[in-house]
Amino acid sequence: MNVIVEREKSLHALEERIAALRARDGGESNEEVRQLEASYNDLLREIFGKLTPWERVNMARHPKRPIAGDYLAALDRFDELHGDRHFRDDPALSGGFAKLRGRRVVVLAQQKGRDTKENIRRNFGMVSPEGYRKASRLMELASRFGLPIVSFVDTSGADPGIGSEERAQAEAIARCLTTLAKVRVPTVAAIVGEGGSGGALALALADRVIMAENAVYSVASPEGCAAILWGDAARAPEAAERLKLTSGDLLGFGIVDEVVPEPLGGAQRDAAGFVARVLDAIDAALERLVDRASAELREERYRKYRRIGSWQGSAQAQMASALS
Amino acid sequence: MPIPDWLRSLREKNVPAEDAALWVRCPSCGEMLYRKDLEPNQSVCMKCGYHFRMHAYDRINALVDGDFVEIGAEMLPGDPLEWTDRRPYPQKLEGDRQKSQLSEAVVTGFATLDGFPIALGVMDFGFRGGTMGTVVGERLTHLLEEARRRRLSCIIFTASGGARMEEGMLALMQMAKTTQAVERFMSDGNLYVSVLTDPTTGGVSASFAFQADVVIAEARAKIGFAGRRVIEQTIRQKLPENFQTAEFLLEKGHIDMVVPRSEIRATLGRVLDYAVDRTRVVPALKAVPEFAV
Repeated sequence: MNVIVEREKSLHALEERIAALRARDGGESNEEVRQLEASYNDLLREIFGKLTPWERVNMARHPKRPIAGDYLAALDRFDELHGDRHFRDDPALSGGFAKLRGRRVVVLAQQKGRDTKENIRRNFGMVSPEGYRKASRLMELASRFGLPIVSFVDTSGADPGIGSEERAQAEAIARCLTTLAKVRVPTVAAIVGEGGSGGALALALADRVIMAENAVYSVASPEGCAAILWGDAARAPEAAERLKLTSGDLLGFGIVDEVVPEPLGGAQRDAAGFVARVLDAIDAALERLVDRASAELREERYRKYRRIGSWQGSAQAQMASALS
Repeated sequence: MPIPDWLRSLREKNVPAEDAALWVRCPSCGEMLYRKDLEPNQSVCMKCGYHFRMHAYDRINALVDGDFVEIGAEMLPGDPLEWTDRRPYPQKLEGDRQKSQLSEAVVTGFATLDGFPIALGVMDFGFRGGTMGTVVGERLTHLLEEARRRRLSCIIFTASGGARMEEGMLALMQMAKTTQAVERFMSDGNLYVSVLTDPTTGGVSASFAFQADVVIAEARAKIGFAGRRVIEQTIRQKLPENFQTAEFLLEKGHIDMVVPRSEIRATLGRVLDYAVDRTRVVPALKAVPEFAV
């Protein structure tokens, strides 16, 4: 059960009445409609004005939220490249050549489905080792031809099945990270929905990390965390609170560089507009990165992740001086 | 033959409390082992060969030629998320310090092995389940950077439940940090060997554990990405007993070799001997102030 979807039900009756009145009056807004709209907006603010971390988790998992397919469809052009050259093509991760706001790039995207059938085909966006190996292959391709790498992250986590373990999921993720560490081209990651732990990070070690306001990015799923800590997955809302997984938290930690605001009530309320704003943000980030020398890019990428963390002791000062 | 549970628990109860410090029961074959015999045997059961988890310093002592010069020990964990679950995070850390006699889940430093100067990192499951928080990531990165500067080979023993939940995303980012450090270290032509010990899972397996030139697994170690419970819940069936063992990974082609604990030191010595040019060793040794006698 999605708590946001439940809340939205209380809005439906009002939405329908406003639509009906408008239809009756031929699109004109009379006093009655204006009053209804005012109370509708009040209700929106009341419900969505200040979301808890758990509500944001549900927003990130909202069934109508824009998914990777929507972002890919909004690109100027996308030519998908398939397969890891070893085992199979993983439909949970799409990648290929693309044009974004006129720029030539290589795109990688974790793909959830819009309905059950597509979700099953795409394994609910949970990427298998062959998906990560396809990603590494395309990253290297991008690096060879000087094409920036743009990734869209939306996964509850890497696939935890038997087959994935048999085909070395850990190695496949480690290879993605290694490759992203060494590519000679600008990299921009957009966390657009769920950023599920290492399976998300595998595509998100980037020069610039952009995050949708209501996306979440976490070391563990709130349910998994609650199960480990209290032996009770039902305490997920509490775990979500503690994990500091919202865009605001992560901006504060320096893990995310930029947050793209969402319309009140979530990205799905203006899907096309929101997708366009994310693409604009990616375009602007690339604009600042494309002219940089590759050695400089890699050095700054290294320093960026080198800085993240918090500990006590003199080494922090040592590190600061070593990097200066 | 495995001992039935009822007999096992009976045996356990028969051990008087004052003897518990002297004796330990092998969880695999049930044999009561005298601790004083177990230690010289590198915590391997004398009867069935079961590998007990090993304390980081015991492992270092069993591995290095002589001295071990520890670095990074001054880095200690903070509490960036002001985390509390059943207990506040600082209290958990204090408990782990008492229990494990360690300041964090990894010990890092310099030593020589068969005369080869090495940078050595050893994780310990006894501290927060070997989880990687900021300090683990930071100590290892610091080790790799120092090793790179001095052109030393690097050996890391892993034992970890993954990224440390109590440090949230700051812990996850240590995967990025360590991976980058390993990548830099290796692309300079330095040798990196990882030794995966029981258990190596999650964020550690998906970063520096599997990046090495040579990946060695200690016999019978559990190694994988997802936890066994998570997989069983996902597929709703029991997993075979050997799933995610070192031997299973060897068969699947994930690792270079499975080595019993008693052979680890000799194996590492041979790997160093193959990969490292001895003529480079002497200048490298001099480059380490601690060894420049």
